[in-house]
Amino acid sequence: MKFTEEHEWLRVEGDLVLVGITDHASEQLGDVVFVELPELETQVAKGDEICVIESVKAASDILAPVDGEIVEVNEALADNPGLVNEDPLGAAWFFKMKVEDMSQLDGFMSEDEYKDFIG
Amino acid sequence: MADDAVLKRTGLYDLHIELGAKMVPFAGWEMPVQYPMGVLKEHLHCRAQAGLFDVSHMGQVILPASAAKALEELVPVDVTGLGEGRQRYAMFTNAEGGILDDLMVANRGDHLFLVVNAACAEADIRHLEDYLEGVCVIHNRALLALQGPAAETALARLVPAVAGMRFMDVQTHGWNGAELWISRSGYTGEDGYEISLPSDRAEEFARELLEMDEVAAIGLGARDSLRLEAGLCLYGHDIDTSTTPIEAGLNWAIQKRRRAEGGFHGAERILRELAEGPGRLRMGLRPEGRAPMREGVDIYAEAEGGAPIGQVTSGGFGPSIEAPMAMAYLPADLSEGTTVYGEVRGKRLPARIVPMPFHPHSYKR
Repeated sequence: MKFTEEHEWLRVEGDLVLVGITDHASEQLGDVVFVELPELETQVAKGDEICVIESVKAASDILAPVDGEIVEVNEALADNPGLVNEDPLGAAWFFKMKVEDMSQLDGFMSEDEYKDFIG
Repeated sequence: MADDAVLKRTGLYDLHIELGAKMVPFAGWEMPVQYPMGVLKEHLHCRAQAGLFDVSHMGQVILPASAAKALEELVPVDVTGLGEGRQRYAMFTNAEGGILDDLMVANRGDHLFLVVNAACAEADIRHLEDYLEGVCVIHNRALLALQGPAAETALARLVPAVAGMRFMDVQTHGWNGAELWISRSGYTGEDGYEISLPSDRAEEFARELLEMDEVAAIGLGARDSLRLEAGLCLYGHDIDTSTTPIEAGLNWAIQKRRRAEGGFHGAERILRELAEGPGRLRMGLRPEGRAPMREGVDIYAEAEGGAPIGQVTSGGFGPSIEAPMAMAYLPADLSEGTTVYGEVRGKRLPARIVPMPFHPHSYKR
């Protein structure tokens, strides 16, 4: 698993990359009450705001961590946004991206590096 | 207030830290926004059992009973007719009919007891001193709220007499040598009490309550979602100097005699709006779907085009109604059931105008 400075995690499954938010991010957000998922089959560029999370406190964006195509979204989050708090690193993945160039992931942090990053 | 200004702390500060609260600056005070339970569960706990809130940041003021008549010049509310041992909601109005603050006024026999918003306290006190004699600001008493269906059971273990109080009653009771000023009221829509007590006894009293199975500490986060579900105004958001009590739908707070006699700041506009109806009104909105419409969201009459017809003043997600909810000032001729559109992240999302409260009140009348 890789981690970004935007508190996202990425997990490679074949030529797909699963993306979610870290437990640290989910704690900071507070109780999540709404998730707006990205549109399927869209090409996104690294840094695009493609997903919105609303917690009891505020709205936050999820950015595309790399260039790629959105091929699957986690519909379970639309019905049960609380999953983001319950199981951020597992059941609450947000979307799967088809990524041509996996070397884009090289610069991201390992779990230990991320733990140091959040202090 | 600047971020680096010294924040005031209530007598329960150490207890909040011990309970694991996340502290935030609020109106010049360092206050708990949530505890480890989290806003959602704290909200639901308060609706199901009992929640304890530290609201010691609010201003507590005493006026001599003889000031009732003079106070009536500042509020459109019947103070002289307020019975001993009773409390009433009021608002300070300005000459234009705008709202300077909202407050509670209690008749405690030889004096009136006022509770005002923390952010407005200094200005309120100056305003009171400009118009009446004998204003006494209380600095050595904490204020706690115990809210929820189990509030009576919990508080009656410490002060049995509170079981006999009705909504908006105020009484004085002793507890281990401390004098408690208790009202049966609150800001959640639930039955419950607000308790003024000596600051140096507040922690001990709060600990006794928190030891009870029914009672959990609740932060400002859930206080806000609870009051919003209850359709109650938050000063500085839903009401301020640009809104009148009539636009805000607070007509019920202006008693018959005051409507007939006037004689309060802003009476001209307020009485005219009472007679003719205001141009705009604070209304409840239930957005379709789950996306919250938060403060500042523009409201439109149509799904496309046109200019905004109003703006959300408070909005969020209601944990008890399991849906988003909002308040907005909208043209008064729009009726309940009408669909309007809130622009969220560039998209106009439909919302229905609904009566408030969003969640029913359960006051013990």
